Amino acid sequence: MSKILVAMSGGVDSSVTAALLKNEGHEITGVTLKLWGGEQDKGCCSVSDVDDARRVAQQLDIDHFVFNYGDQFNKHVVQPYVDSHVAGMTPNPCIECNRHIKFDALVERSHRLGFDALATGHHVRLSGPDEGARLRRGADMEKDQSYVLYMLSSKDLAYLRFPVGDLSKEDVRKYATELGLRTADKPDSQDVCFITADNGREKFLAERVELHPGSLVDADGKVVGSVEAIELVTVGQRKGLDLGGNSGRSYAVAVDVPSRKVRVGNASELKSGSVALTDFSWAEAPFSGEVLAQTSAHGKPASGWLDANGTLTWDSKRQRVAAGQAVVFYHGDLVIGGAIAKQGALPEG
Amino acid sequence: MSDSAGMRTTYLDCAASTPIRPSVLELMMPYLRDQYGNPSGAHRMARKARAAIDDSREQVAEAIGFSPHGIVFTSGGTESDNLGIKGFSDRPGFVMCPETEHHAVLHPVEVLGGKKVRVTDEGQVDLDHLSELLKSTTSLVSVMMVNNESGAICDLDKVAEVIEDISPGTLLHTDAVQAVNWVDIKKAAAKADLLSLSGHKFGAPKGVGVLALREGVTIQAQMLGGGQEAERRSGTHNTAGIVAFGAALMELTSSRDSEISRLTKERDRLVDGLLATIDRCAETVPRSSRSAGITQLVFEGIESEALLVLLERDNVMASAAASCASGAMEPSHVLAAMGMDRTAAAGSLRLSMGWCTESREIDVALKVIPKAVEQLRVSL
Repeated sequence: MSKILVAMSGGVDSSVTAALLKNEGHEITGVTLKLWGGEQDKGCCSVSDVDDARRVAQQLDIDHFVFNYGDQFNKHVVQPYVDSHVAGMTPNPCIECNRHIKFDALVERSHRLGFDALATGHHVRLSGPDEGARLRRGADMEKDQSYVLYMLSSKDLAYLRFPVGDLSKEDVRKYATELGLRTADKPDSQDVCFITADNGREKFLAERVELHPGSLVDADGKVVGSVEAIELVTVGQRKGLDLGGNSGRSYAVAVDVPSRKVRVGNASELKSGSVALTDFSWAEAPFSGEVLAQTSAHGKPASGWLDANGTLTWDSKRQRVAAGQAVVFYHGDLVIGGAIAKQGALPEG
Repeated sequence: MSDSAGMRTTYLDCAASTPIRPSVLELMMPYLRDQYGNPSGAHRMARKARAAIDDSREQVAEAIGFSPHGIVFTSGGTESDNLGIKGFSDRPGFVMCPETEHHAVLHPVEVLGGKKVRVTDEGQVDLDHLSELLKSTTSLVSVMMVNNESGAICDLDKVAEVIEDISPGTLLHTDAVQAVNWVDIKKAAAKADLLSLSGHKFGAPKGVGVLALREGVTIQAQMLGGGQEAERRSGTHNTAGIVAFGAALMELTSSRDSEISRLTKERDRLVDGLLATIDRCAETVPRSSRSAGITQLVFEGIESEALLVLLERDNVMASAAASCASGAMEPSHVLAAMGMDRTAAAGSLRLSMGWCTESREIDVALKVIPKAVEQLRVSL
């Protein structure tokens, strides 16, 4: 029997995580993190989600605490999210929350409180012995969350448990229903927890920083249109680009905030043969060579060659990766590491 | 007190709530079982209930030095504070309070666009700033008599003097929810025009409170309906709760002096013991200016959320700053107002005692708290 702290978001996966570990005979304590103090829809940490987590803990007869990591969340997740947009990048706040809050601050506190392990409801599996534990994709490919956990090292993983990773989402819900947990039919959380559907990203950023209009330029540098807020443009975006109705299907191909320019182009220009990367994390030792790489949470992985200088060259051209997005490397279904797409110069035509 | 597993609990959270006094519970029972008539009705059962309420009203009035006509029974401290402050929303001028008030005062003051008075680093009202902000157009100043987090005692007479000098027409409200256990309200609140109390802080049940008004003070009702409490607070009376409120307040008043002397000794034993065994630990407010029952400590390099988890494992119940809607600890606005930085304030612990506190609980706390702090300070 181990003493295990379970991070309970108020969703069905972490509810079942607590239930499964309790059934295995472990001494379970639930904890819900209060991260965001501002306005929000139902996300990771709204009051009603905390209520759901607390209720599930009561149903399972386990202790439950709420930890306030609001200051750290603001410092490590919200502010970098804003800064990243200001720099014309496309941040992934869920990854930063995992990196700095759940698997750093919370893990540290869990150690101090004498827990033997921390469990979460992520759909991922562990492979190998504790000491050399590696992160594997979850059994349910549709729900696999290995992409957002790529930063976990073998040392981190040795302390972690992901019991729902072996289950399909359907089985998770079935089990929650059998136990009569109130979260059994709760929809999955989708978007960034601190951005509300009503106000959106634009209003959130506009309340915090000054947004600037920008020019849309073609491959020759000719101005072909405009955009209201350059900080909100993401590579691959089509909507919201005012091209005066003259250029068919154009996409944002690259964003350069300092010059207030968005390079637009057709679908083929949106493709690129490589992506330059920075801020690598490795499960074990750094690696270069053949990898499968995934560029979004549920994107399809593609093969490529990662060189020692940090450039990933795709076997065949793919849609450009927006600067700031994570690129995660796999060998089969094992995560070997990940990195962040660098900001480059505007590509020439 | 024991939990379900038969473990004896060390309860050092009396500022949050206290158990119902056994004698008080006995007095409530008839009104929960047999005397269930609606006190606003006309028949005999109603009159019996009404008589019990009026008895309680007189007990309360006598204990705190107000007229029975000025005693308004409410659902608790928060409602009393809201009624006392929002009850002024219909008149010109603005309301004011110190930054360290309970949220039951702060939020209504904010909603009414009121002003906030600074406090000193020892949690005392900055009287110069009060003088600066106070205008003849200030309708009400609300000042807590004993702070619920730090235990700092406010000398209400000094606040009243400033008001008298600058704007004699301004009324003074005091949240005496914590103070009632530690201060002779009759004397200390003699200059207050309105005063809030909450039953469960002194051995009555949750769900009953009082807003006391001096003769001639009128307020705009916030709860409209059947016109109970002389049109000041509608809603069927909580008969058993009101009976308990009066009885518990009487018991408190008659034992207050001896309890203060008993608990001051226990407090000194507790705090001196902790300060002697734990490094980098301090009281937030000097003992000379705080109530016997509340001690707030800050531990450097500790997060109180984690500390509370460890204390609970050893059956010690305490608290840190206020909880928010989710149940998470909020950074203390009281310590922030006293000029403490957020990191230091995040390591606060409030140990509060009351009528139920036993000497053996202090013994336990003296063993458990240093051990927990040590565990959290170990480098990983």
